[in-house]
Amino acid sequence: MKLLEYESKELFRAHRIPVPPSGGVIRSLAQLPAALRRAGKGPWVIKAQVLAGGRGKAGGIKMARTSVEARQAAKSILGMTLVTHQTQGQGLKVSEVLIEGGAKIEREIYLSVVMDRKACGPTIIASAEGGMEIERLAAEKPEAILRQSVDPGTGLPDFAARRLAFQLGLPPQHIAGFCHLVRSLVWLFLEHDCSLVEVNPLVLTPNGLMALDGKVVIDDNALFRHPELAKRQDPELSSLERAAKKADLSYIGLDGSIGCMVNGAGLAMGTMDTIVLAGGRPANFLDVGGAADEARVTKAFQLILKDPKVKAVLVNIFGGIVKCDMIASGILAALKKVKLGVPLVVRLQGTNVEKGRALLAHAKVNIIPAEDLWDAARKAVEVAR
Amino acid sequence: MSILLSKESRLVVQGFTGGTGTFHAKQCLEYGTNIVAGVTPGRGGTVHLDRPVFNTVFEAVRQTGADVSLIFVPAPFAADAVLEAADAGVAVVICITEGIPVLDMARVKRVLDASARAGVRVRMVGPNCPGVITPGECKAGIMPGYIHKPGRIGIVSRSGTLTYEAVYQTSQQGLGQSTVVGIGGDPITGSNFVDILELFEGDPATDAVVMIGEIGGSAEEDAARFYRERMTKPVFGVIAGRSAPSGRRMGHAGAIIEGGLGTHASKVKALREAGVIVVKNLNEIGATVARVLKKKASV
Repeated sequence: MKLLEYESKELFRAHRIPVPPSGGVIRSLAQLPAALRRAGKGPWVIKAQVLAGGRGKAGGIKMARTSVEARQAAKSILGMTLVTHQTQGQGLKVSEVLIEGGAKIEREIYLSVVMDRKACGPTIIASAEGGMEIERLAAEKPEAILRQSVDPGTGLPDFAARRLAFQLGLPPQHIAGFCHLVRSLVWLFLEHDCSLVEVNPLVLTPNGLMALDGKVVIDDNALFRHPELAKRQDPELSSLERAAKKADLSYIGLDGSIGCMVNGAGLAMGTMDTIVLAGGRPANFLDVGGAADEARVTKAFQLILKDPKVKAVLVNIFGGIVKCDMIASGILAALKKVKLGVPLVVRLQGTNVEKGRALLAHAKVNIIPAEDLWDAARKAVEVAR
Repeated sequence: MSILLSKESRLVVQGFTGGTGTFHAKQCLEYGTNIVAGVTPGRGGTVHLDRPVFNTVFEAVRQTGADVSLIFVPAPFAADAVLEAADAGVAVVICITEGIPVLDMARVKRVLDASARAGVRVRMVGPNCPGVITPGECKAGIMPGYIHKPGRIGIVSRSGTLTYEAVYQTSQQGLGQSTVVGIGGDPITGSNFVDILELFEGDPATDAVVMIGEIGGSAEEDAARFYRERMTKPVFGVIAGRSAPSGRRMGHAGAIIEGGLGTHASKVKALREAGVIVVKNLNEIGATVARVLKKKASV
């Protein structure tokens, strides 16, 4: 689960990581004057709160020296649709704007803690060349990137923090401040089960170091340990994805025309790939899970059919522990509750497959049976045209 | 011979008396798996599915000589269950549980690695996996036993049902499997592709390996390097997630393209360049393996 900038900075503040003076988040222009007062005297920074990098370039971050300028900036950002290089061509609507006091920037540093699969633990990534996108820096100037792996049990020792500070070339009077900051960042990461904590940029001001931006991603598997975060609505999900999550189905909307219902994440991805190979495009990823019973299949059909782009539905189930005849009855029962309206291709394989196929064949519904994955994909592509 | 499991394996099931544990332990027993004990804290001294239940794995191992643990413990307690099994001295720990926090696994992995460096190697498979099966001998997991067939193809996979697809197809071709290992779909797993490929390479009962990867991470790229440097047996690679958009997690916690890393294209390229035969159409896994092996046999 990704946190917005202002939510990330609230966590920073709780861990005594310095952040700019905050006026809080506003959702309407009427809330602006009070927010400016809270942020102290200008200049201020007006920042769109969306989950995408590259906000500045796209016009989602503006400086304001006077309250008139602040009003103009907030007006232009609130409600705008932000398209950045990270939004995959789609726009994100801005409904929240963060108001902050400005900072005198002497230097920009990149600092993050990320879960490193290879090292089997968190790794700190730092660079004296902050402000830049880290992926680009890694590609263009890999020697400018420092790495320090962290023991997931004990955190970051002082000496390792100090070494990073010196490697970053920080002036002597800021070494202690940096050590405190980076160790706090590591604790935040460990305490909140993060997969990423990023400060880009971390800035050096006449008053010391400060996190000018913040990005925190929490490991979804660990949300049971963080009920306060689990309650929060994930702003990244579409309404369909939210409904799916409620029904405990794994669903991700895509932009094709063939709705997919598959058991298992790997086979679901594999089915999408096969559709593409057959010349079509999947409308979604949907893992109906190992226990694909009537209730889940019904819910899955309802979700898939809510997407108006869907021109055909492909069900691909490899019955393992769940038997194919059970799945077939589930599909038939679901079809009594859901108005289908588009062609349905079903491929069943696995335990009791003959019984399952017979059930579907003798039912009075129009189902296109498929022999194997390729046959299913080809048929779905054909009827979706 | 086979890898990880054989007829001689003695299993202890952790989370034995729970709903999931009971259901799948029963299926394993029906397949012929030699389950010698179960563990549920607080249920020690009772009997479940005709097998003795112990409070601790330590006790179960001491009393029954169990050497493989199969874990169905719920996610919040699963990492501890793995550590308990390793501490009790089993050689193989297979963790089926889905949804274990990544940091928990990071801590577990560090303990297992340290133990291996000190000379005590515990092989962990999973979490979030279907388990391991040596067809006809021992099933330790949730896979449908009947689709498997004793044979000489090793299968290793990050995904569950996609593994069944590969198993089914190789069985249909009359090839069968030596051992099938689901390493799991999480970002940090007990065993990775390289660990299992190394075992298959050394296993006289395995002639070729099907490796089913997916987007995210760099386990497939590592496997490609290992193949080029150390393997002599043919490996067939399948990578799922070609059509997945970046930045969205496709069900598995590990299946996500982040910062341009772990893409389908980079994995396919690494495997091809290393000499792995990459199967593009999932429907042709079995047929491709059969064709290539036949050609090799006739040379």
